[in-house]
Amino acid sequence: MRLGKSARVTLAIVTGFILLIVYVPLFVVLVNSFSTSTSLTWPPPGFTLEWWVKAFQSQGAMAAVLTSVQIAIVATLISIALGTLLSLALQRFDFFGRSVVNLLVILPIALPGIITGIALNNFFRTIMGVPLSIWTVVIAHATFCIVTVFNNAIARLRRMGINLEEASADLGAGVWTTFRLVTFPQLRSALLAGSLLAFALSFDEIIVTTFTAGAGVTTLPIFILNNMFRPNQAPIVSVIAVVMVLVSIIPIYLAQRLSGSEQTRR
Amino acid sequence: MTDTIHLAPPTRAVPIPAATPRRRISAWLSTHPRARLALLLSAPLFWLGVVYIVALVLLLVTAFWTVDSFTGEIVTDWTFDNIITVVTGSLYQTVTLRTVGIALAVTVIDVAIALPVAFYMAKVATPRVQRLLVIAVLMPLWASYLVKAYAWRSVLSQEGILEWLLAPLGLSTPGYGLTATVITLSYLWLPYVILPIYAGLERVPDSLLEASADLGGRSWKTIQHIVLPLAMPAIIAGTIFSFSLTLGDYITVNIVGGTTQMLGNLVYTNVGAANNLPLAAAIALIPIVIIFGYLALVRRTGALDNL
Repeated sequence: MRLGKSARVTLAIVTGFILLIVYVPLFVVLVNSFSTSTSLTWPPPGFTLEWWVKAFQSQGAMAAVLTSVQIAIVATLISIALGTLLSLALQRFDFFGRSVVNLLVILPIALPGIITGIALNNFFRTIMGVPLSIWTVVIAHATFCIVTVFNNAIARLRRMGINLEEASADLGAGVWTTFRLVTFPQLRSALLAGSLLAFALSFDEIIVTTFTAGAGVTTLPIFILNNMFRPNQAPIVSVIAVVMVLVSIIPIYLAQRLSGSEQTRR
Repeated sequence: MTDTIHLAPPTRAVPIPAATPRRRISAWLSTHPRARLALLLSAPLFWLGVVYIVALVLLLVTAFWTVDSFTGEIVTDWTFDNIITVVTGSLYQTVTLRTVGIALAVTVIDVAIALPVAFYMAKVATPRVQRLLVIAVLMPLWASYLVKAYAWRSVLSQEGILEWLLAPLGLSTPGYGLTATVITLSYLWLPYVILPIYAGLERVPDSLLEASADLGGRSWKTIQHIVLPLAMPAIIAGTIFSFSLTLGDYITVNIVGGTTQMLGNLVYTNVGAANNLPLAAAIALIPIVIIFGYLALVRRTGALDNL
């Protein structure tokens, strides 16, 4: 197929226009965080740094960030352990029910969050009689974060092959030594990429969190949701939004670097 | 040719490792792959099985229980009342139809937008531009879901940028409601649709496109007969995301939907304010059934391997 010049230019313009629209809402949030209007008026009537000062003085916001970070770290650690085990089992072994296990890993992310949320809410509250707390959020988050670690690890294992592991075993290394000295070093960057995604997923999650968080557990998304509709808090939410987008550049940069270094290695 | 005697190179005797218990376990494991597999699988399967599958099955079971209207406690009497309420209630029928309608609209819009963008990224752009475009598409994915929904609340507001842009043209913002919900959800799930379609289009070999052109196929004919059939599993994989994510959403519709209700809202109200978990579970069965139906429908296309 040889596209004419006009077709190529049209496609480029369409793509550019769509990407422009994609970034307009994010730009509006940035501008609103400096606006003197509390009701998101456009064009902004004036410039102020008031909301930025207030946001960084807001104890609620800071506490929420801390809660979110704590939850995301623990959930990520659990998902690294479980995701690695699963990827080793599914990549290195062939067994009855393998595709069922595979589906089982994907399901928590393929089904809408509200179903995962209400199922776990029901499980904790009604069936187990466990009061909702920060730990129920961690358990819920770890469950749907497993898949990101799993996907990254299994792709790496597939590329690695088993030659080095067999050589290690032939030279007398035990099962654990081979994993520690041969498998894990090759798996490390894939696990890091997967855990970055898991962290981001947990940090941003709102629906499952709403259903599994105990009273008084306020993650950052819950804080945003609670304050979004309060006139005097809305611009502070804009500030938090801008900071979050800016902070998200770090994982994007890291992820790009990780995948970039892999491309050169290939 | 002279005969030479090859002496074996000097070797250093490797001491036989002491048979510590650890060593013995390791040796036993290396000759018993099934035991290794069992050890690997036990913890994750315990977690996913106990936490997730049991929870899902119990949700199904709860849908057949009921709530005591005086104490608010769940009564474990088996009844089809909740299911009958959900299937025959006009509120649930209306909201189900509306939710499925929104999910279909969002999916169609996203695929229509994603196809040209993904095609440009995969087949037209130079490698440098291609890398930049992938980053540009990925970036909004990392920005928070709530932030983006909130941004659209601001864009669509009566004093927002859209009104400001459209007013000179004699048009106005759709305001908060069904249209705003469709726009915002399409925006939120767009990267999830673009990325699999892009990956799928990239796997279509250029040689096939050239062969088609050499045989006289016009661009449109090539797209119709070569590109689309080969990219179909990837396109369907994209639609699974937009469809499934929309079916369960209730937060976006709260933020930009005005008084519009979706299935998620009904579930949310019944878990929280109405304190009727069995009814909420019965309502939640609707999206579960629809999604499993959709997955079964598209399973044969191989779309599930493109997720």
